[in-house]
Amino acid sequence: MSLIYTNEQKELLALVKEMAETEIKPFVQEADEKGECPPELFKWAFDMGLHMLEIPEEYGGTGLSYETTAMIFEELAKVDAGYAITFVTTFVALRNVILSGTKEQGLHFAEVIKKGNFAGFCLTEPGAGSDPAAMRATAVKDGDDYILNGAKTFITNGAISAIFVGFFKTSPDLGAKGISAFVIDANEPGIVIGNHENKMGLRLSNTTDVTFENVRVPATAMLGPEGSGFKLALNALNLSRAFVATLAVGIMQRALDESVKYAKERKQFGEPIINFQLVQGLLADMAMKIEASRALVNNTMRLMDNGSLVRKEGAITKCFVSDVAQEVTSNAVQVFGGYGYSKEYPVEKLMRDAKVFQIFEGANQIQRLTIASCLKSEYK
Amino acid sequence: MNFENCKDVWVFIENFKGQPKDVGFELLGQGRLLANGLKQDLCAVVIGKDVDESIKGAEEYGADKIYVVQGDEYEDYSSDGYGNAFLELINKNSPNTILIGATIRGRELGSTIAVSLRTGLTADCTALSVEEETGNVVWERPAFGGNLYAQIICGDTRPQMGTVRPNAFKKKDKDLTNKAEVVRENIRVNPAAIATKVLDFLAAKEEGGIPVEQAEFVVSGGRGMKNAENFAMLQELAHLLGGTVGSSRAAVDAGWMPQARQVGQTGKTVTPRIYIACGISGAVQHVAGMSESDTIIAINKDASAPIFEVADYCIVGDLFQVVPALIKELKVNKG
Amino acid sequence: MNIVVCIKQVPDTTEIKIDPVKNTLIRTGVPSIMNPFDKNALEQALRVKEKNGGTVTVISMGPDQAKTVLREALAMGADKAYLVTDRAFGGSDTYATSYILSQVIKKIGPFDVILGGIQAIDGDTGQTASSIAEHLGLNRVSYVLDMEKKDDKVIIKRKVEEGVVVLEAKLPVLVTSLKESNKPRYRTIKGVIDALKADIPEIRFADLPGIDETKIGLKGSPTRVKATFTPKRNATGEVMEAVNPQETAKSLIGKLVEAKLL
Repeated sequence: MSLIYTNEQKELLALVKEMAETEIKPFVQEADEKGECPPELFKWAFDMGLHMLEIPEEYGGTGLSYETTAMIFEELAKVDAGYAITFVTTFVALRNVILSGTKEQGLHFAEVIKKGNFAGFCLTEPGAGSDPAAMRATAVKDGDDYILNGAKTFITNGAISAIFVGFFKTSPDLGAKGISAFVIDANEPGIVIGNHENKMGLRLSNTTDVTFENVRVPATAMLGPEGSGFKLALNALNLSRAFVATLAVGIMQRALDESVKYAKERKQFGEPIINFQLVQGLLADMAMKIEASRALVNNTMRLMDNGSLVRKEGAITKCFVSDVAQEVTSNAVQVFGGYGYSKEYPVEKLMRDAKVFQIFEGANQIQRLTIASCLKSEYK
Repeated sequence: MNFENCKDVWVFIENFKGQPKDVGFELLGQGRLLANGLKQDLCAVVIGKDVDESIKGAEEYGADKIYVVQGDEYEDYSSDGYGNAFLELINKNSPNTILIGATIRGRELGSTIAVSLRTGLTADCTALSVEEETGNVVWERPAFGGNLYAQIICGDTRPQMGTVRPNAFKKKDKDLTNKAEVVRENIRVNPAAIATKVLDFLAAKEEGGIPVEQAEFVVSGGRGMKNAENFAMLQELAHLLGGTVGSSRAAVDAGWMPQARQVGQTGKTVTPRIYIACGISGAVQHVAGMSESDTIIAINKDASAPIFEVADYCIVGDLFQVVPALIKELKVNKG
Repeated sequence: MNIVVCIKQVPDTTEIKIDPVKNTLIRTGVPSIMNPFDKNALEQALRVKEKNGGTVTVISMGPDQAKTVLREALAMGADKAYLVTDRAFGGSDTYATSYILSQVIKKIGPFDVILGGIQAIDGDTGQTASSIAEHLGLNRVSYVLDMEKKDDKVIIKRKVEEGVVVLEAKLPVLVTSLKESNKPRYRTIKGVIDALKADIPEIRFADLPGIDETKIGLKGSPTRVKATFTPKRNATGEVMEAVNPQETAKSLIGKLVEAKLL
């Protein structure tokens, strides 16, 4: 792997790798089949402190850089991206609190997570995916409180979150400018968790509907001023979509590791198939895409650590990496041939896991629009 | 160095609840060879509350003299209690060489005494001999997990001490005509002065079957067995042979077999008539525990597995086919 | 409870190979690790501290690179670490090593409990920890599966060949742990980061003014290595390819019967 790692990064990665391969890997296949991660399996990551990585030091977290955190989660994703994204999603919600929240809100959020909990991010609705401004969830002022109503869908960590960052229209007639963000404790009365989504991939990740039925929250639960929610979501998502690409890199790396190993063992026509040029071609293309992706993710993380909001770079990173992840994982199945198509072998899962990266955190079609829009503004 | 005043080879006869442990008797056999080499006597050391069995056994296994320290305070082993008693015996009688079984208690006792006397203790020995000119015992032992063997001497101090692995030596035959001089020493210690007090004893669960270190035939399984259930066919094979099942560390770590069945550097040392290693690669740590078996048969599908370097019969094949074939063949032979 | 844990950096002996020509260990490329049993000892110490408060100090005698295992211990949760290092300590056998460590413990103590592993996987003597107790005039209990504080004593469960003995021991006491004792915890992310920055003081010969020079190094070692060799075994090594398993089985049993082994 061609990044230059500091001593600290090397130590941390070795630690996470050891834990993930010893404690989590043996359970992944069964959990993938069942479509859920046994809660005890999260204990290892909690004990190690993976839930605290991005929480700032002043809130009692580890305050690790995006760069190092991304490396750690790539390592975890090599074992299972669904497991990894469970922790990453907490940070997706966290970023909203960091960008717009008060110190009290930050401290409260950190306190909840510190106990060994997850957070969820409630933006998407059945009628509002790529077009979040079309959301119908409402927040109506009532004295010193707001009453929240709405049906959010495809919410990662829906059933296992202790705290949510959710988006509701405080002024429905203002469109995007009428959306406000709130921090909501998951045990507030009126929050209804729907059924667990039976997904193609990332099956260790919990995905449910989250419905708010007259949920009362204090006005102090609002993040930033009224009407600032949409902008906040977009800014936070810019960071998140760049970050989530690191999981796709992990998936791809695993795909390559398995493919090379297999190609060296599998014999046809009297020799290991890795001797055949067309197989070599597949592997070489996979390696190229992974190296480029990792370098791209790393660079974007460094931009983020430097304070950049990475509107264009985030879109480029997420779009590029998720597109090549499709190709890489599909070709991994190809290298394995018939066995690759079987659930007995690890690569078909990687292909299934990779697909969603082209869809969530902003569909790649939207990413292209964003990039083009940035280009349009850059050139005078 | 002149050690004229230090005489005799002493062997500690460890006991548990009055029952002497075999290792003491194994060491009497070896001790006799050392005593002959040094042209000195062989003495047994018995410490405990119920000592009659130990004294009888020591006599039958060839001791010339038996030192006995008896008292209620010695009912349970304690390092300070036993250590103190042993030290007083040593100070009074100046032995040349001391052998102690490298059991859990024995290893503790050995280091207690050796440091107190500021003399050399070599642990976990697998072979012993004597340098004729110097009277030094050459203590041979494994290190680096069994990758390397070292020969150690304690040239400048006496007594020279060593702990020896149980089963490293086989017991010699009993000599019922042997008469030993029994010397009872009055060495007592106030129970209150002993820093530990035994509250309870929980016997190890009897999981049945011959202990692996006692069996004539051992059929062992390793990583190649793939799971716990597959050990059933090894049980069957062992049963047909009249032996028992053993395990490599890998299989114990995987939870397929109990630790009591582990053969190897950190497990048991076994010396059966026939040792059959199934799906065991033959890492030095394992070999260290079974290399003294009379005959070693290895079954492994990897022709380059290190186990084949120590095996007498190297069966290159799929154990899941060979073992059932052996079972079938044995049944045919028996029937 | 103030606890000190003695840990050793050892080559991973499961990875070690022998040079067949020179008959020596090939150490290059063999990773160095914390002696696994010392890790169990450290885990025991951390559990006792979590329950009863106090501090866990780790010490290791070795060259500068042994700081790696000290940092690992800090990252697992130990509070303080010291490296015991000096040319004068080189060549020490278990007597000398345990003496040096006992003097260090005297200097940085007092401690209620001293913990170590039952043996180091390179030396395999299993004597050093117990000898430390003797140098300090302390009691020791080896092969300890678990321990719990009870008033001014500890209740210890220790393994014996026949089962488990439960005993009560006065403090201070030295205790050794084995693999069965516990499953050591992983380091934490924060632990690793802080440990990399931690200062690890060195304790040298000059820092131990009362130390008896005749008891350290080669001079202080009553035992000496006469020779080393790699284990060889004379095996008749008859190879049988089990192309037809039934035939092979028949053949093998035939040979065993003929040799009067069956």
